[in-house]
Amino acid sequence: MKNVTIAVNGVEHRASVEPRLLLVHFLREVVGLTGTHIGCETSLCGACTVLLDGRAVKSCTVLAVQADGRKVTTVEGLAQGDKLHAIQEGFWEEHGLQCGFCTPGVILCSHDLLSRNPSPSDTEIRESINGNLCRCTGYQHIVNAIRSASRKMNKRVPARAAAAR
Amino acid sequence: MARNGKPKAAPKNNGKRNGQAAHWVGKKLKRKEDPRLIQGISHYTDDIKLPRMLYCAFARSPHAHAEIRDIHTDKARAVSGVVGVFTSQDTSGIGMVPCAIQMPDLKVPKHPVLATGRVRFVGEPVAVVVAEDIYAARDGAELVEVDYDPLPVVTDMEKALSEDTPFVHDEFRTNRAFTHALKNGDIASAFKKADHVIKQRMLNQRLAPVAMEGRAVVGEYLPGENRLTIWSATQIPHLLRTQLSVMLGLPETAVRVIAPEVGGGFGSKLNVYREEAIVPWLAMKLNRPVKWAETRRENLACTIHGRDTINDVELALKKDGTILGLRVRILADLGAYHQLLTPLIPQLTALMLAGSYKIPAIDIEIQGVFTNKMSTDAYRGAGRPEATYIVERIMDVAAHELGMDSAQFRFKNFPLSKQFPYTTITGLTYDSAKYQESLKKALQLSAYDSLRRRQKSGWKQGKYYGVGVSTYVEICAIGPSAATPAGGWESGTVRIEPTGKVTVLTGASPHGQGEETTFAQLIADQLGIDPDDVNVVHGDTMAVPYGIGTFGSRGTAVGGTAAYMATQKLKAKMATLAAHLLDAKPADITIGRGRLTTKGNKKSISFGELVMAAYTARNIPPGFEPGMEATHFFEPSNFTFPFGAHIASVEVDGETGEVKIDKYVAVDDCGNVLNPLLVDGQIHGGIAQGLGQAMWEELIYNEDGQLVTGSLMDYALPKAHLLPDFTLERTVTPSPVNPMGVKGVGEAGTIASTPCMVNAVCDALSPLGVRHIDMPLKPERVWRAITHAQASRDEHEQAMAGAVAKSSNSKSGRKTAGRRA
Ligand code: FES
Ligand code: FES
Repeated sequence: MKNVTIAVNGVEHRASVEPRLLLVHFLREVVGLTGTHIGCETSLCGACTVLLDGRAVKSCTVLAVQADGRKVTTVEGLAQGDKLHAIQEGFWEEHGLQCGFCTPGVILCSHDLLSRNPSPSDTEIRESINGNLCRCTGYQHIVNAIRSASRKMNKRVPARAAAAR
Repeated sequence: MARNGKPKAAPKNNGKRNGQAAHWVGKKLKRKEDPRLIQGISHYTDDIKLPRMLYCAFARSPHAHAEIRDIHTDKARAVSGVVGVFTSQDTSGIGMVPCAIQMPDLKVPKHPVLATGRVRFVGEPVAVVVAEDIYAARDGAELVEVDYDPLPVVTDMEKALSEDTPFVHDEFRTNRAFTHALKNGDIASAFKKADHVIKQRMLNQRLAPVAMEGRAVVGEYLPGENRLTIWSATQIPHLLRTQLSVMLGLPETAVRVIAPEVGGGFGSKLNVYREEAIVPWLAMKLNRPVKWAETRRENLACTIHGRDTINDVELALKKDGTILGLRVRILADLGAYHQLLTPLIPQLTALMLAGSYKIPAIDIEIQGVFTNKMSTDAYRGAGRPEATYIVERIMDVAAHELGMDSAQFRFKNFPLSKQFPYTTITGLTYDSAKYQESLKKALQLSAYDSLRRRQKSGWKQGKYYGVGVSTYVEICAIGPSAATPAGGWESGTVRIEPTGKVTVLTGASPHGQGEETTFAQLIADQLGIDPDDVNVVHGDTMAVPYGIGTFGSRGTAVGGTAAYMATQKLKAKMATLAAHLLDAKPADITIGRGRLTTKGNKKSISFGELVMAAYTARNIPPGFEPGMEATHFFEPSNFTFPFGAHIASVEVDGETGEVKIDKYVAVDDCGNVLNPLLVDGQIHGGIAQGLGQAMWEELIYNEDGQLVTGSLMDYALPKAHLLPDFTLERTVTPSPVNPMGVKGVGEAGTIASTPCMVNAVCDALSPLGVRHIDMPLKPERVWRAITHAQASRDEHEQAMAGAVAKSSNSKSGRKTAGRRA
């Protein structure tokens, strides 16, 4: 057993874990956050995508011990109180989900995309989520959702910058 | 949302229905279920965690066919954390996995929950290991040692029907599970009179449904209450409850099934699986809650598969393209056992083989075949995609053969709108349709003429552009009970609570379709309230009256209608009470937004006051039942038959066989629309799945019965960057079968898009002499078809050169025979 300290959505979690414990199981079973889903456990579907120090990773391919001392953001950590994150709003407004199983993973993957590329083209959006499988939507409304989120975020950024000044 | 920049067609259902202005119906309301889903705070079955819960994992057969000599469980039991290991000896008291289909000559094999004596497909479970956590359970499952005597395997259907085949089930002395024939009209004379007979063999490959949430089951037993609660990722909680109570020998009243959040189904969760019985059995046996969630490998190997048919098709035609008759021979691979509906699916194919055409004579024969594979069953479309593929492919092959434009060929053979309700040669009555209108619209939207021009000029430059057309009709709103194995009705209860909030209980069990939203829109309009005040409850057999479930595009058309009809009862009750309180006649009461008024607006009472009066019941008319609740069990009089026309434009690389989709246009008609955003979503997802079959997806068993596409690395699902934007349009032809005029839309996209795509690719390569390519159209396969066609052309030219030298011309025969590309 190994001791790890992992900050999940800003809260530190200490636990003693088996070295083989996957990060996704740590999040779901140890921390109790089940918004991160398991669709394959073999890094092929993207359902388990979370942010590790701000970058999207498939949490079924990361061991909990590898995340020791690092920061993880899951879908539960995106909204600020009642205020949804712009990407979440995008998915809601553009009907970017049906069964919702792939959704947390796609949302976090696009979070990573938009942090690197605030105004992606549709092609770039499609390329960036090609590791996230969705069986319900045919992806078109997901692309619309991410595009709409990017527009919203770009509008809000100047406002936020002004407020910080 | 604009569709590809163009404004969407306004839905035509904004008029008044039943005296009620549609305020919410027809609007693109955001879904009520989304806030919990986009925040990751909803609960799928695998998210359920109960105190003292155990986890289980299955030891599954690596052999496709083998005798089980011995099972050693000691090593598994020795794993720290393992609580128990169970084999068929322990589970022999559990009933067989059920098949709901009855047919006169159907062979129904015994289907025990754990393999007993023999295994018959790779993945069949032999033992189950229960442990304190999932890691220990899986460690244990790996250590279950089974001594197998491998037996000869049969995976090829034609071989399975041949003389020297191994039998999947020795007791039947045959692998033929059934034959099913459907004949009507004078088929012999149709073929005799024909100027042309078009023949083609086409394969419909085996597919995996791959809902992103795999199957999962949690069982908890409370002995004091004698209550067994089963959470399962299912589409049919009530039917599952009935079946599980029988399998487990419990009174049905002791069993509660809950389908919590369900992450997609596509038919794969319209079943009763062995694990759904074993897990609660373990919970009872060990007196602790038990959970199982399948791995993706299990999902690909042990959750039902779809399609898998070999089709020999012959079409008899007049010179001018008029269809005279259709003959189809189908072999349907059933796998090793029957799941719930396995033998039914090919019969649905037979019913739908008339497509959207006037076909005067038909002759269909289907043989269901056992092989050493996982069972096939209902996968999105369930028999209809197979039918539509056959019909739409043979139409295109025929059009090419006759040198006719494929759209014109279809126009020629459509029934006219005024001929509806239209009775097909297979005995169905299509409710309403305008096939011409939808194809015309699709031609316009795709700029068909210019696509054809580009194609012609492209060919001159060695570029292979193709245009695929497919017009479909499908069978939805399943269905009248007479035509279904377990009742085709649906239940709906509408209850106005004392505070005026409304609860809708629906027997439909949605799993991504958004019925919490659409039903709320529907009921809100009827009661003059806000959808936010309507809470739709589903999936819990303890809360919801008996229902059938969500499949066969029936949720809205049957389940929605049940809720709608219950609301009509409630409205009558409201009018009676309002009339009593306002001193008027019930007929003179109008239910408006938030208020009920008498004729001429003289007197009124608020919705809230009225409802409260029904509960306080101090001033009610004689004989009036207190409370505000009504239930309706809706039995549809017919199926509904949505239809449409899809057009794909592609470019095929003649060197590599790679296919690029330029444009995809879909005009669908699902009757009236409750929420356009959700309908578009269903169409998009459906098209993607259909294109998946056309282009990438294929489950492959090798000769030894090993599943070689057992991971998402090998089983290729459509990904975002592989798909184009789809351009959608609608026509609206209300169905007369239900009062809302809705038809259903869950499967349309899947049904139409597969043949559309294959038609496009074959069309592109037609100048090369390619006539047909079997799916999936991977570059390698397309390349082979091109090479093969080129080779046979060269051969043909050489032969012709030789023949011309020898003799005078022998005109090509009156009847053309099929040749395979
Ligand atoms: S569960 Fe991690 S990628 Fe599928
Ligand atoms: S919404 Fe169901 S898998 Fe994406």
